[in-house]
This record gives sequence, C-alpha cells and structure tokens, in this order.
Amino acid sequence: MTRYTGAQIVWECLVREGVTTVFGYPGGANLPLYDAMLDYPIRHVLVRHEQGAAHMADGYARAGGGVGVAMATSGPGATNLVTGIATAFADSSPVVAITGQVARQFIGYDAFQETDITGITLPVTKHNYLVTDVRELGEVMREAFYIARSGRPGPVLVDIAKDTQQAEIEWEYEDTPLRLPGYRPDRRPTAQALAQAASLIQQAKRPVILAGRGVMQSGAMELLREFAERTRTPVAMTLLGIGGMPAEHPLNLGMMGMHGEAWVNQAIQQADLLVAMGMRFDDRVTGKRETYAPEAKKIHFEIDASEVNKNIPVDVALIGDLGDNLRELLPQVAPCDHSEWLETIDELRGDSAVRDIKNLPDYGHLYAPHAIHDLWRLTEGKAIVVSDVGQNQMWAAQYYKHSQPYNYLTSGGLGTMGFALPAAIGAKCARPDMEVWAIAGDGGFQMTQAELATAAQAGIKINVAILNNGYLGMVRQWQEFFYERRYSATPISSPDFVKIAEAHGLTGIRVTERSQVEAAVRQAQQAPGTAVIEFMIEQEDSVYPMVPAGADLHAMIRRPLPSALTESADSDL
Amino acid sequence: MQHTLVALVEDKPGVLNRVASLFRRRAFNIESLTVGHTEQPGVSRMTIVIDSNQTNAERVTANLYKLVNVIQIKDLADQPSVMRDLALIKVSAPPERRSEVMQLVEVYRARIVDVTNDSLIIEITGDVDKIDSFVQVLQPIGVLEMVRTGLVAMARGAALGQNGNGNGSGNGRVQ
Ligand SMILES: Cc1ncc(C[n+]2csc(CCOP(=O)(O)OP(=O)(O)O)c2C)c(N)n1
Ligand SMILES: [Mg+2]
Repeated sequence: MTRYTGAQIVWECLVREGVTTVFGYPGGANLPLYDAMLDYPIRHVLVRHEQGAAHMADGYARAGGGVGVAMATSGPGATNLVTGIATAFADSSPVVAITGQVARQFIGYDAFQETDITGITLPVTKHNYLVTDVRELGEVMREAFYIARSGRPGPVLVDIAKDTQQAEIEWEYEDTPLRLPGYRPDRRPTAQALAQAASLIQQAKRPVILAGRGVMQSGAMELLREFAERTRTPVAMTLLGIGGMPAEHPLNLGMMGMHGEAWVNQAIQQADLLVAMGMRFDDRVTGKRETYAPEAKKIHFEIDASEVNKNIPVDVALIGDLGDNLRELLPQVAPCDHSEWLETIDELRGDSAVRDIKNLPDYGHLYAPHAIHDLWRLTEGKAIVVSDVGQNQMWAAQYYKHSQPYNYLTSGGLGTMGFALPAAIGAKCARPDMEVWAIAGDGGFQMTQAELATAAQAGIKINVAILNNGYLGMVRQWQEFFYERRYSATPISSPDFVKIAEAHGLTGIRVTERSQVEAAVRQAQQAPGTAVIEFMIEQEDSVYPMVPAGADLHAMIRRPLPSALTESADSDL
Repeated sequence: MQHTLVALVEDKPGVLNRVASLFRRRAFNIESLTVGHTEQPGVSRMTIVIDSNQTNAERVTANLYKLVNVIQIKDLADQPSVMRDLALIKVSAPPERRSEVMQLVEVYRARIVDVTNDSLIIEITGDVDKIDSFVQVLQPIGVLEMVRTGLVAMARGAALGQNGNGNGSGNGRVQ
C-alpha cells in the first residue's frame, strides 16, 4: 500500500479506466485535482465554457472513444456542465463528469461557490455521487465508469469535496467485484418471448425494421444486416440510428419520422409488423401516437425495460442487449421473401426523386442540400459528421450518406444547439485519424463558438461548415408553416465568421455559390489547423418533407415540385 | 384503485430524494410512501401506494428499477398480504362524552395513549378501511388532530429479498 491523496486516487482510477483525454476547466474547488493531474499521462483539453467540456466528452464517447470525461469546479463550473450532461442523458451517452465541491465542513452552509450539483443533476444523470470520505473515492470512481458504460449507457456525475481531494490514505487500486446490489444491466428475455417474436416475424407480410442508436450502442450492426437480409425486411433509421446500417444497402430505406422521406413513413404506416431495435418510439418518429402504424404488430428489442410500452404499446418485448438477443433469435428465423412488399415500397417513392432539391439544376442559388451533398462526395462519405440542431441537422442527416457506424453524431433527444463544435472536437480526440466535420447553423454556432479557441490552443484540427441563412432557420420554418410567416425573433445577425476564424489564427473561407464548394472543402481539408467555411445559403429554404408536430405520420408536407421553385427563381432574376 | 408496491432500497443518503424526484418527474401519483429499517442492516424498505387508475404500476416498477440504489420491488396487487396503517387521533372528550369514546375505542380495538381534562389521544392500527371508519365515527364527537403513518405492507409466505427476484428482473448479481 502507498499513500495517496483523494486527487491522486481519481487520476489513478482514470488511468485504469483507459482514459487518455479529459475536457475541463479549473477553479478553487478542484485545484487539488488539477495539481495532481500534472503527474499523470492524461491529456487535458482546456475548454472555454464547461458546457463545451461536457459536449466534448459526449462527442468523444459517441465517436467510439469509450467513456468521455468532463471536469469542472464547484458552483458555476458545475452548473455550466448541466446542459451538456442533459444532452448526454437524453441520448444515452456514457460520460463521467467530475466536479469539485466545497469542503465537507461548508456543505449546506451556502459557502462561496457551493451549489447542490448532485441535486440539480439528479433527473439528468443515470446516477450521481457526492463523495466526502476519501476511503470511498476509489470505489465510487469504479462504479461511476461501470454504470456509465453498462446497460443503457448514460452520464454519471461524481462531486468530490475539496478536503476529500486533499485527504491522504493508504490505498491500492482493487479490481474486486463492485457491490451494486440494485444495479442489473444484464436482463434477458424469456425463451417464450423469443419464440413469439420469431413467429410474428415469420407470419409478417409487410414488415419494417426500425433501427435506433441501440444498434450501435450494442455493436449489433452486422447482426442487424444479417437479420434484415435473411428476412428480406427493409430497415428505417431513426436520426440517431444513422450509420447502424450502410446507407447504400438496398434494404436501408433511410430516415423515418418528422423529416424522414415520405415513402419511409408511408411504409411504416402500412406495415403489418414493426421490429423496433434499440429505439424508443420518440414523438419525433411516431407523429400522432393514436394513428401510428395502426395495422402493425410490434416487437421491441430494448435494453431499458421502462421504455417498453411507454410511448407505443407493443406485442412482444425482448428486454436486454440487442446483439445478444439477435444472436439468439436468428437461428429461430427462417429466410423470408418479401419481394412484393419491397416493390410496393419502391412504388411509394413516386416522384420523390423529382422533388428532391439535390437533383435540381444549379441556377445560382446556394442550397444547403447541395453544399452537404457536395461535402459528402468530396469526403467520399468517410468523414465523421457532427451536426448541430435545426435545419442544418436535418439536411446533414438527409444528404450526408454514411456507410460506417459512429460517424454521424447529433443531439437528438435534447436537441441542444451549440453541440456541434465542441462535440466535433471531442470526436476528433477519440479518433484522431478521422476527418471530422462540424455542421452548424449560424445561430447554433454562435452559442459555443468560443470553443474555436479551444481547438486552436490544443492544436485540434477539425473542419466546420456553418450554414448561414440569417435565421434561426428551423424556428423560422415553423413560423412560416404554422404562424403565418410572422418571423418573431428568428432573424439573426452574425459576426464575420471568416474573420472570427482568422482572429483565432485559423482558416476562414466564405462560399456564396455552388461552384466554390469544392475548392473551399479542399482548402479546409488541407489547412493545418481547424478551418471554418461559411456557406451563405438560401435564406428561406425549408426542410422537406415534414410531419407537423402531433400530426399523422403519413400526413407529410412535401417539397413543392421544382417547377414552382425554378419559376420563382426566374422571376428573381 | 389502490396499488401497493414494496421496495427494498440501499440505506444511503439521498435515496428517498431519488425516489421522490422520480415520481415528480414522471408525474406519478402517490397516495402514500413510508420508509423504515428492515431486518438487514444497510437496507431500508419503502411501501408505496399509488392510484393505479392514474398511474401505471408497471411503469412505476420499471422506472424504480432504474435507480441504482433500488434493490428489489414487489408488487402486492395479486399477493395475499398484510397491510397496516397506524393513526394517532386526538379527540375532544369532555367528561360527559368520555365513556362514549371509550366504548368506540373498545369496539375498534384501539388504545388510549394519553389523557387530559378534555381530550384523549387514541392510537389505532389496522387496514385503511378500519381506520377510515373509526375516524368517521369519531368525527361527530370532535377530531382535534390526526396523523397517519401511511400504509406498511408485507406479503404472506416467503420472505422478500431471499428467494424472491421480484418481477423476474435479475437477482442483484454484479459482475
Ligand atoms: C439551446 C437551444 N435553444 C433553442 C432551441 C430551439 N431551436 C431549435 S432549432 C433553432 C434554430 C437554429 O438556428 P440555426 O442554428 O441558425 O440553424 P438553422 O435551423 O438555421 O439551420 C432553435 C432556436 C434549441 N434547440 N436549443
Ligand atoms: Mg440559421
């Protein structure tokens, strides 16, 4: 046994957990932690706002780096983390947040920079701890990582009193089993449920698989493909499920839900069986619940029992790890042939391709779908794309086609503007060999643009595409559709983003026409540091198709036929 | 309809807060919640009564299981079980009405635990209906003050937390 301070114990545990990078910001209550850090082989990325630290840890985790770690001091440092923690929680991302707390003797006395951060984060963490006894610290750290990454992953916060960080004890890292009598991430379905599922699958005539982020969380991409191919079942993806099956796979229909393709939603509405895998029937994918897939039986593969029958009642629930359950189910399922159904779905596509703005000839206006389509082409579909929230997010999801998992990251559940830039920085730290693009709107980028300085100081090279439409575009779109175009508080001005980039010693490029896209992307790729491209896109374009909130899933607003667009374009000229 | 759940939880700071916070956040309606020690050190027991017309008991159970400190839950809805509530009731009892009160106490097998010149404190234990009815008959005499503990419950037969894995969910095994 050796003597350790609490602060050293924290770092010892982080090293054992395989952590190589942490994102954080120091202050009075975590000074001992920061002092001890200097003696450990862990890279610290100094952020510009603790929200950025939480998003970076989240992006790091989503990109496949394992549990992400964010650190902050007490009081305002800790509360600044909250949006990032809630974002990670909503999308089941494994993050451990470590905060300093005032010394034990001051807790409860409103000491300087004291906030009840365990109380504040109770509803947005999977679990949290306040540690005031150094003898418990090592165990708590091990539990925190285990809980964050196992079962349905999620953020765990560890709040450590300052005197606990300073206290010294004889200590040794132990790899003994954890004592968590109430924690059971290892549930399995009954053989009967599996047999029932197999029989529903065998009887189905019009099945659709709904693939969510759980596919990637479980690492079940190959099993999903095998299942889909054997049963010839088309696969619709949730926003967070993108990448769980290659976009180019003939059975991959693409994204479902509010901004999914119309035929995908129609296929779901006409299905006689939905096989949901690691998704939770969020209101953004079901539309009005009462009219959702009315003829379909439903099978729900889900690791979190509380998600079953929460939004949509299901016929069979297979609770547990998706991969384990698919592995068990596959031998019980005989090959199927659904050619007729697949043909029907093909017919549902109808004139969608004609309506797709991507296929519209260039007549001088820069549309976001064009820019993203070109970006996809120029990066050969191989980049990690981290989108922000709003129209940019939906266009990124619709037009950048991913053939690999863990390459499209976005804040789905919480829809947190400001996510893209810091999460992209985190993703790059997790997978330094990858090309990383953040795609953000002019509004969302300004929420966390200070993290450009983080990228500059830490020498982290990512690329940023700002889609500048001069509006809080998604809200403007709702105002256009549902509030008689009364644009209340949605026009937004921006600083000169090229100069902003340059002021950080980074590369800034502006694109106003489609013909400039390629050169700009190439210049950004070749820039040694982070590069920012500002795309001056069509201001009042909307994301199509769209299911209005609470409407039937099949009642979509379609993109107007291109003739309407080119006509109005002509009159502009 | 009332629905009773029994939860064994780790006796750690903040556990009651976690449960209460969960109920608030999910808009679960609780009729009563009691907490106390058990035969096992480090383990507390909660008896939670919900109104199952408004709140789905399965959802409550599934969400409670997500709390790391909740060890086991038993739904007593279809279990023969013993349910008890305890009340302390202060009634006005001037000398001329005292014998009337004492008679009622006798009939209900309650106990008088404190006596002053013009009031009595009565302790009564029993199921909810019995106490409700007792309170009703005391009402005309004059109930000055009352406190009820809320329901505590125990299934008959095999002990919870031994062979039981309530709701078939796991056995508390930790890897
Ligand atoms: C932190 C936060 N505040 C507000 C919103 C509501 N909101 C959703 S989309 C959106 C507009 C985003 O504008 P911009 O970043 O310019 O992206 P665009 O939609 O124009 O692509 C807003 C304000 C949000 N999602 N997150
Ligand atoms: Mg915008």
